Amino acid sequence: MAFPANGFRAAVITFPGSNCDRDMAVALEAASGQSAIRVWHGDADLPERLDLVALPGGFSYGDYLRSGAMAAMSPIMRAVVAAAERGVPVLGVCNGFQVLTEARLLPGALMRNAGQRFICRTVPLTVENTDSLFTRGFARGETLRIPVAHHDGNYYADADTLDRLEGEGRVAFRYAENCNGSARDIAGVLSANGRVLGMMPHPERAIEPAAVASLGGADGRRLFENILSALASA
Amino acid sequence: MKVRVLIRLKPGVLDPQGRAVHHALEGLGFAGVADVRVGRLIELEVADGTDHAALTEMCEKLLANTVIENFTIETEGGK
Repeated sequence: MAFPANGFRAAVITFPGSNCDRDMAVALEAASGQSAIRVWHGDADLPERLDLVALPGGFSYGDYLRSGAMAAMSPIMRAVVAAAERGVPVLGVCNGFQVLTEARLLPGALMRNAGQRFICRTVPLTVENTDSLFTRGFARGETLRIPVAHHDGNYYADADTLDRLEGEGRVAFRYAENCNGSARDIAGVLSANGRVLGMMPHPERAIEPAAVASLGGADGRRLFENILSALASA
Repeated sequence: MKVRVLIRLKPGVLDPQGRAVHHALEGLGFAGVADVRVGRLIELEVADGTDHAALTEMCEKLLANTVIENFTIETEGGK
């Protein structure tokens, strides 16, 4: 996909224990044709002129204390919070979603799966929001097939917060079949300005053409393409 | 001075871990257990005279996630 002259600049943050950072970089490169910039958690600053910050999946700091809690306090997260407040889009997947809630960029918390088990399989998701830069290429109510791989994906927020999220159209995706006990089947949520998305399923694991659907399908790739086309038309 | 921070899931927040432990206790034949909630104990060694406000801030910023957890702070020789 073509992108304006200065190119698409995405940063992928690596925390100690991240394990989907390379996959995230590969997915961004596949969608944009531009190399993602790799940033280490101990850095105090992000590169300039970023179009996107991606927080990858994994087990940052071994999930010590709570999933994402230690990473949320790392030096780079201060810069990520500041960038988000300036309106830089931020995508957090799986552990990245946990980090975003711990950093209070997104409401709620990700608790242990209701069934206590680690879940690793492709699940159907229902698209709820089609207004954000991450979701505007989807059809409302459309079903996407994206893999999940998590132990702590059980989304919790109090009833008032859930009502607000739903009322403001900030539920991006729901599980078509609730696999982890998440409140109101929520699989992904947006910030108030729609520019921060946290989701438990892994779009970066579903970027291959349909011909190799055994590698997760291509529904995830569309999310990255949505970002590209939204930013290109901005 | 020694400080103990007790972190508990808020009332009303489902505790799958506590429920699994509860089932395991029943499986072992222990009768009469009505409920189990699993929390966390964090012991700190801090400078004498560290004020309560600083300890509270530690809990709110890192030790507890106040979206889902409550905390109580116990300092040596009283609260």
